[in-house]
Amino acid sequence: MASPDDLTFQEFEEAADLLSSNPGASTLSISSPDDEDHQQESSELLGGEKQTGGFWTFEYYQSFFNVDAMQVLDRIKGSVMPLPGRNFVKHHIRNNPDLYGPFWICVTLVFSVAISGDLYTFLINKGNPEFHYRPQFNKVSIAAVTVFLYAWLVPLGVWGFLTWRQSVERHISGYTFLETVCVYGYSLFIYIPASILWTIPVYWLEWLLIAIAMVISGSVLVMTFWPAVRDDTRLTAFATMAVIVSLHALLAVGFKLYFFKTPTNTGSSHSGQQTTPAANHTTLAVGKHQ
Amino acid sequence: MAEVEESSKPLFAGLSDISISEDIPVEGDISVPVGSQNPDDDFSTLDEPVKDTILRDLRAVGQKFVHVLYPKKSSALLKDWDLWGPLLLCVTLALMLQGGSADSGEDGRPQFAEVFVIIWFGSVIITLNSKLLGGTISFFQSLCVLGYCILPLTVAMIVCRIVLLGALSSVSFVVRLIVVTASFCWSTFASTAFLADSQPANRKALVVYPVFLFYFVISWMILTFLPSP
Repeated sequence: MASPDDLTFQEFEEAADLLSSNPGASTLSISSPDDEDHQQESSELLGGEKQTGGFWTFEYYQSFFNVDAMQVLDRIKGSVMPLPGRNFVKHHIRNNPDLYGPFWICVTLVFSVAISGDLYTFLINKGNPEFHYRPQFNKVSIAAVTVFLYAWLVPLGVWGFLTWRQSVERHISGYTFLETVCVYGYSLFIYIPASILWTIPVYWLEWLLIAIAMVISGSVLVMTFWPAVRDDTRLTAFATMAVIVSLHALLAVGFKLYFFKTPTNTGSSHSGQQTTPAANHTTLAVGKHQ
Repeated sequence: MAEVEESSKPLFAGLSDISISEDIPVEGDISVPVGSQNPDDDFSTLDEPVKDTILRDLRAVGQKFVHVLYPKKSSALLKDWDLWGPLLLCVTLALMLQGGSADSGEDGRPQFAEVFVIIWFGSVIITLNSKLLGGTISFFQSLCVLGYCILPLTVAMIVCRIVLLGALSSVSFVVRLIVVTASFCWSTFASTAFLADSQPANRKALVVYPVFLFYFVISWMILTFLPSP
């Protein structure tokens, strides 16, 4: 029968003696990460130092491309299927932010939006006999400016804000600038298949796709940034979240309204191209005032 | 007793009795080759007629065209890289793709500068990407390979232009689609045959994808080309 004395902390002298006599003996420690985590941790431990050299050397930038194809795929999968409780930064990026993913996802998004918009304009105006299809390449440059500004300036703002709050209130954990850029870049991935599916000219399907894409990528962002602001005052926390989500929504709706616009007048004497600049200005103004 | 007598003689004494100079000629002079073995160094290229200079470069460019059209594991494109071929192809493609100034409205086909910039800027970005991922290929070699592999797409552009001389129908669209798709696959395959070897195995896909995107965009520009009405 166990007495209270048995439950007090006991020094196991045998084990201590054994260990002191043979300090090099291997000890068994039980930990339970799953295989994938274990592999990631060991690869980081073996990975060596980050950011060798100053920012004017090539090696400095090479340290941001230290990813394998499987790691990139894994991060993309994590951005497409956000599970509650899994912080994208902690779980997928794990102190190895890369610039490959964000950069090439942005480039792909630029071209997919421009090309799909082209296709959509063609399909929507197929029945219109006065419409002469012309590929519109100025849209590529506009798409490029928009996407790259969003993917770099918004993370800069979010990071700056979080760092400022971190300096004001000690208990907030922030992210590095590269991790923020990484999260935003990977969260844009869902818009690539969405933009390809937007070419189907069914009205309710387009808006459904926008809603789904916004929800998925917005939730990746929210789940990443909520732990960082949750310890702040309620007002700041909710305001930050609201700004992040609304900017993301603005991007999605802006894409739809600019690149995939439905023609407002049919059967006019002008071709579809010349009426769209007017529609373009009004829809863009509408988009901005949302 | 005979052994003692033999050991008192100096070593190899019997060798001088053998005369080898009549059997094996050992005359000659030893000279260290100075400089490279390049036959060009034997004479100055300043004195040769201009036709020879141009023809030599054209022959090198033509040889690389053949290597692109039949991509095997050869290192000709990599060892003697030059940028004449890419420049020629890029200018040809941009000239054929550009929109005329007579187009009404601000939307239209890509301008010459846009195509030129997309091709060169795209090649530079892909090369930088490959080098940042730890590739062993040099900057200009990669530019050379990417530029030369635009050849199938330029051929497709010429074919499309010829097809578009006829009527604008869905048959012509299908023909153009097939031709452009085939040349896109050819270009991507040819360039990855040269570029993929320089990367470690776990990053090959990361290098191949931008090349795929690059040729896809160029193919899109070729496919949507329409002559001015």
